[in-house]
Parts: sequence; structure tokens; C-alpha cells
Amino acid sequence: MPAGLEVLQPGLHTTVQDLGRFGFQALGVPVAGALDFVGLRLANALVGNRPGEACLEISYFGPTLRVTVQAARIAVCGPARLWRTGASGGEPETLAPDRSHRLERGDVLAIGAVSGASVAYLAVAGGFDLAPLMGSLSTYVRAGLGPLGGGPVTAGALLPLCAGAAVDGGALALPGPMDYGGGPVRVVPGPQADGFTDEAMATLLSADYVVTREADRMGLRLEGPPLGHRRGADIVSDGVVSGCIQVPGNGNPIILLADHQTTGGYAKIATVVSADLPRVGRMVPGTRLSFAAVSVEQAEALRRRLELEIARQVGGLRAVDAGLDLTALYRADLVSGMVDALKNDDG
Amino acid sequence: MAVALSPPLRLTDLGDTAFNVEFGDGIDRATNARVTALAAAIRHRPPAGLVEVVPTFRSLLVSYDPLATCRAVIEAEVMALAAGCDEAPAATGRSWRIPVCYDDDLGPDLAEIRRATGLSRAEVIALHAGTGYFVYMLGFMPGFAYLGDTPPALRLPRRDTPRVKVPAGSVAIADAMGAVYPWDSPGGWHLLGRTPAVMFDLGRDPPSLLAAGDRVAFVPVGRDEYEAACRDPGRMAPARLLVGDC
Repeated sequence: MPAGLEVLQPGLHTTVQDLGRFGFQALGVPVAGALDFVGLRLANALVGNRPGEACLEISYFGPTLRVTVQAARIAVCGPARLWRTGASGGEPETLAPDRSHRLERGDVLAIGAVSGASVAYLAVAGGFDLAPLMGSLSTYVRAGLGPLGGGPVTAGALLPLCAGAAVDGGALALPGPMDYGGGPVRVVPGPQADGFTDEAMATLLSADYVVTREADRMGLRLEGPPLGHRRGADIVSDGVVSGCIQVPGNGNPIILLADHQTTGGYAKIATVVSADLPRVGRMVPGTRLSFAAVSVEQAEALRRRLELEIARQVGGLRAVDAGLDLTALYRADLVSGMVDALKNDDG
Repeated sequence: MAVALSPPLRLTDLGDTAFNVEFGDGIDRATNARVTALAAAIRHRPPAGLVEVVPTFRSLLVSYDPLATCRAVIEAEVMALAAGCDEAPAATGRSWRIPVCYDDDLGPDLAEIRRATGLSRAEVIALHAGTGYFVYMLGFMPGFAYLGDTPPALRLPRRDTPRVKVPAGSVAIADAMGAVYPWDSPGGWHLLGRTPAVMFDLGRDPPSLLAAGDRVAFVPVGRDEYEAACRDPGRMAPARLLVGDC
């Protein structure tokens, strides 16, 4: 039997991603990479990997995987539900996210719904034994670029694991759930802020917007008060980055995310700061958001603060008992039960 | 003494990870050549923290790691490099001959182009293939090169309704630009033929046939030659399409 993780069921849209494929945008090759670079880095920390090791990015609903190596150490970072079923079958055992687990040959790991965020990350100690493409294991599905033929994982596929990873030793858990922050999403006005009316900028920085169902790895289309251009929506195409808020002729903003094209021909009113990209990348349809303007210098300070918070999480990783983890059970079952109850109350 | 002064550079912000150096507002080769020259200067002496540069028609995106440098520092370094760039940089890049079969089934918009322009089929092909093109930039998708300038008589706005699937290799025009679709993809440009050349191939280094600053000439070929080349991709190896350096 091949050695790795065998995909029994692929999930809704599960892709291999790392921190992105940089250096080829001049050839039109998008960066891709994790929508939430914090989640990917923390998942890797939980299994002792380097921060940028490739993970499975799980969108909304996760895959079911069978372990075909002697043992593997895994961690899922993000609000996902997961279960292990042993080789001999029996009742599935609930496993907690945000901590590592040791799986044995024949174990089946089922990852269910991701709730409250669009993505979660599965890291495996040692990483996947896949060949990088242009220096990266990120998957860009639209052009079929990346490992596994450049597509999402499919049933029957094998995800080979690098041999020799340490799977023994105690399990590690995050000190607490990562705080992705709240309040307005911080943006730096530009690059084409002057292409919009004063009223449009005032609206962007005061109104509430809602993430529509047109939300994927390429970007989030928002619904809210339309933003007016001074000279039309079209510009001479120029380079864009993740977080750029482009506004086509209908006035509805689109936040560009990891799979954005390298260049764009719509005016961009502002750019989400890098510290808020993980939070925005996790947003699901229906999320309400507002925006606040900051300077480039403030954006740089916000990013340094985020890095301190990530370092605090990694520095605070705690050993957890291999047996019962009451905190994890509480988070996995009781809290989600309450969330469901609240949803029902809302009607 | 006439001194040709270039318009001043303009910097625009893209959050805390990039900025654009803008050389002008329009699409012209002089402006684009300045973009290319700065891109080359930065690649030659990359400032600390640089991630990459992305040249476009009239501006250069400078992408950086905000944890390895900061805007004030890398901006100063880039502007120093820009100050050292020649105002009228020499042409760089390579020159390519790309075969195109202009048969109706491969160029499904030929009839519409003829109707809209009033030109005969032979005139459309002669105009399209008789023009030397310049690669202003790549974008839209991996290996997609914006080729200018399409002869004025062939300039048409994009199709009202984009196609859901344009086959890879399709040779297309829209407004002043031309292109070869490197991948099967949606597209709104007018298709007038198809090339057997592979525009983007991961087995090559670099994978993209064309780069900003290159020159392209389209060479009409018959159906037999087109199909033979499709069957034998070796005939389309980059070395066999390359004419030389500009």
C-alpha cells in the first residue's frame, strides 16, 4: 500500500497550499497560497514543521483521509470538526482542532464542517512529499498549476508524506483560539483613491458591507452602498495585490484574495492591510464588515503586532495529555451546540 | 537646446506590501520602456526585502516583505535606482515568429471582423500578420501577453458577450491589443486564428514563451502545417520560433 494519506472523500474544495508562489507574477502567474496565512503557520507549528510548509486548505467541509504510513502526526487549525475511526472500526472519536494528534496506520480521519470561517488547515509533521512547482506547492486551480495536477484533492488520490518526521512525543495545543481581531477592516487608501468621488471614499469608510455568495479564493464580492467613480471604472491595467478593493462599473466592491489575477483593469479604491488579510480570507458569505483608513506606517505597525501575536501563540504551545482533553471537548461539542441553539433562536 | 523631459514619477499605495511606480497614464512604448528599464534595474540590484516586481503598461508594481524592510526604506532604494535609469532606454527582449492558421473554424470571429471592418478576408490576414507587435506586459493568466499595437483598421471593442471557453492557442484582438490565449479560458476578445505554439509550458524555464519587451510577428500557415505542428510539438520548440534578440 502506498505511504501517506489516502483520500477517501475529498471534501468540498480541498487544496494543497503554502504561503504562495512568488516571483512569477511578471509572467502572469498568480501567487495563490493560503487564504489565512496565520492558520497555515499555526497548523505547522503544532506539528513541528517550518512555518511555510504546505498544508491542506479545507474550504467549508473537509476531506476524509486514511493513514497508510506507520504513524502520522497531524493538526487541524481552525474551527473544524474532526473525528478519528481506528483501523478496526468502532465509534468515531471526536478530536479537537488547534492541537496535534498522533494517528496510526489504518486510522481514518474525517474532517467535517468548518463553522464560522471559510477555511481551516491540516498540517502533517514532515510535510507532504510533493514536488514544488516554480518554488511553491500552492495550487492555482484556474490554470491547473500546483501539485496533484494543479487541482483540488480528489477521492482515491494519495497524499504522500515525507518520511522521517517525528511522530512521537507529546501532543501540542494552542494556548487558546487565535484572535483574528474585530472592528473595522483596516485599509490604506489607494492605489486609485483619486479615481473615486469624495462621497465614495466617505461611504467606504462609514457604511456596512456584507460578503455575498460570490466569495471564493479569488475574491469576495461585497454588497452595500455602491461606490461612484470620477472617470469610470476602467483604468489602464496595472499590478494588484491581495487585499486590493477593486470596484467595477456597478460600484460594488470586490476584495481580491490569494487567487487574484496578477493585473487588473478596474480602479482600486483601497487595499486591506496585510495584518487583516487572514481575517478577511476567512470571511464567509453573510459576514458584515466595515472599513477604517490607516496610513502605510500604521499598516506596517499592525502587521508587526500580528506577528507578535503569532509568536505568542507559538511560544505558548502547551503539551496536552494524550488522554482526555476537557477543554477540547468543551470547545468541540458544548460550544458548537450553543451556537446551533442560538441560530435556532434567531429563527 | 531641446531636452525631452519625461513626466515625473508618481507613487501609489497598495497597502503595506507593495506600491506602484507610475510613469504615465497611457499606453505607449516610450512609457512602457521606462517601466521595463526600472524592472531590469531592480532585478539587477534587488533592495533588501524585495519580493518581486510586476511590469505593466505604464507602471511597475514593487512588492516587498513588510517584515524584512519598510516602505520608507525600499521606496528610497527604488527611487534611487529609478534616478539612475536611462530616460530613453535601449530596446531589450527577444523577437519571435509565431505561426497562425486563419481558417474559419479556428478563427470563429473572422466573419464578424470582416463585417465590422469592411475588409476582405485576405486584407484582415495581411493586416494582422503584416504588423510587428510589442509585448507590453503579461497578465490576466499565466503566459498571457498583451501585444500592441493592432493596426487601427482592425480595432474593435471587445465582444458584448464573452465566450465561456476560448481554446488555448487562439489568436485574438480587442481594441489596440492582440494576444494569444495560453490556456482554455473564458475570454471576450475576437478570435481570428489559432497557433500550434505553446505559450506556457511548465516543462520549460522560463515557462512563458513571451516576456515583457519581446517582439512578435505572426506568420500565416496552412491547415496541413498547423495540424502537423499540433501533432509534433517539437516543431514549436521555443528555439525554432525565436528569431533573435531585438
